[in-house]
Amino acid sequence: MRSIDGAVLDLKRLDLLATGDSIIHRLDARAKVVTTLFFIIVVVSYKRYALAELTPFLFFPVITLALSNLPISYILKKIAAILPLAIFVGLFNPLFDRETQVLLGPISISGGWISLVSIMGRSALTVGSAIILIATTGFISICHALNRLGIPRVFTVQLLFLYRYIFVLTEEAACTTRARELRSCGKKGLGFSSFGPLIGHLLIRTWARAERIHMAMVVRGFSGEFHSRQINRFGGKEYLYVIGWSLVFIILRTEDITAILGAAFTGFFS
Amino acid sequence: MSHHIVEVKNLKHVYADGTIALKDLSFTIHHGESVAIIGANGAGKSTLLLHLNGYLAPTVGEVRIGGFPLTPETLPEIRRTVGMVFQDPDDQLFMPTVYEDVAFGPCNLGLPEEEVRQRVGEALEKVGAGHLAQKPPYHLSGGEKKRVAIATVLSMSPDILVMDEPTNGLDPFSRRQLIGLLKDFHHTRIFTSHDLDMVIELCERTIVLHQGEVKADGPTVAIFNNAQLLAECRLEKPLSMQGCPICGASRNRL
Repeated sequence: MRSIDGAVLDLKRLDLLATGDSIIHRLDARAKVVTTLFFIIVVVSYKRYALAELTPFLFFPVITLALSNLPISYILKKIAAILPLAIFVGLFNPLFDRETQVLLGPISISGGWISLVSIMGRSALTVGSAIILIATTGFISICHALNRLGIPRVFTVQLLFLYRYIFVLTEEAACTTRARELRSCGKKGLGFSSFGPLIGHLLIRTWARAERIHMAMVVRGFSGEFHSRQINRFGGKEYLYVIGWSLVFIILRTEDITAILGAAFTGFFS
Repeated sequence: MSHHIVEVKNLKHVYADGTIALKDLSFTIHHGESVAIIGANGAGKSTLLLHLNGYLAPTVGEVRIGGFPLTPETLPEIRRTVGMVFQDPDDQLFMPTVYEDVAFGPCNLGLPEEEVRQRVGEALEKVGAGHLAQKPPYHLSGGEKKRVAIATVLSMSPDILVMDEPTNGLDPFSRRQLIGLLKDFHHTRIFTSHDLDMVIELCERTIVLHQGEVKADGPTVAIFNNAQLLAECRLEKPLSMQGCPICGASRNRL
């Protein structure tokens, strides 16, 4: 199992990637958020046996990844990390759905296997695009973008505070669990019974910190209203990005591009 | 310039659980003074600081800043006048980026965007943190966090700076850097600290708190030379005023 420290460092790395500079990084966060959301909706909207139809959708993550100078192996690892979850979701499909869907010569492939692979493919596509969105935009900008797209401020401010203090809280939690582990000398310690007070203690510390933060806000004139900078740079590039990709997704969804290409290809050679 | 005067008259504070934190404090701090408030743990230092910008209200007595009593009407102006830097910078830096954090105060003051930008730039330059503007606070080191926390207050152009344990948890270099920075300020400055060597360098006047009361109030050097007083208040002479621990020679500096 990975340590809490490791998880936080990983989160920090993702955050640092967002400070990079590329065509994709420079786009307004709203354009990227809207496009990625639309991409996810379209990918998820396919029926369970869709597989060939999904392949052209690889273009979106592959092209954005290529244009954004992100470390490809790191992003692939992140996607691979969630695949076991997708396998778990579709684990029983091959057992229950044994009806043959595809015949590849002597091998017959049941619907269950196809839907399992389809679930994995869709997970990789959607999670991959979300990770690329965070790595090119940053969590904070995404929150601001959501806010300007009409999500109520209460929610986005909550998210921002959550993200800010996740680092502080995990550090405290890591310190406390480390102290517990060191004093349990490689054994179980007091087992589960020691976790109750430990979590209670963390909660009280969190509470105390929340009060101190509120105090720091109040003494700097906070009266319930959050002001943030409004940077408006939704220009031609952003429109092009959103409309261009949306058109691609709509065409891919409504026309069977793989079949058309396949037919063209076989027609060309015959 | 009566704006910079801090007056505390017969201040008493009793917490909701019945703990008497402050018994009967009175002192006046004048314009441009640099004053240390020292005392053992639990002497009432932090409680006192929280009265100076109206976060806590006195049970008995009065606090006046720049001649004005602390009332709901004067509170916004007093909070601008008194800039407060907390002990743990993580409590103070809550916005997503350093820039937004330093801009938080000026934005709440309702300043126009251009002025906010200018103030943020100046405050960050002053503490030598201009290059950190776009960074999120959790990517900063301890010393950087502390300096940025000071900038968040400077951007509100306070007349009085109040700092709780400014050098706490800093490495020697960051501590030295911070002391250098604080020396250059011309505000009225009030510090609480256990770092008595810092107190000697920065404050000409020291107020010693002991069990919620002012035990002594006078020139810093005189107070640190009063061995009996220090012992009674669970304090000791700053290291820089003690003899060399190896050869016993004194520096005769002060």
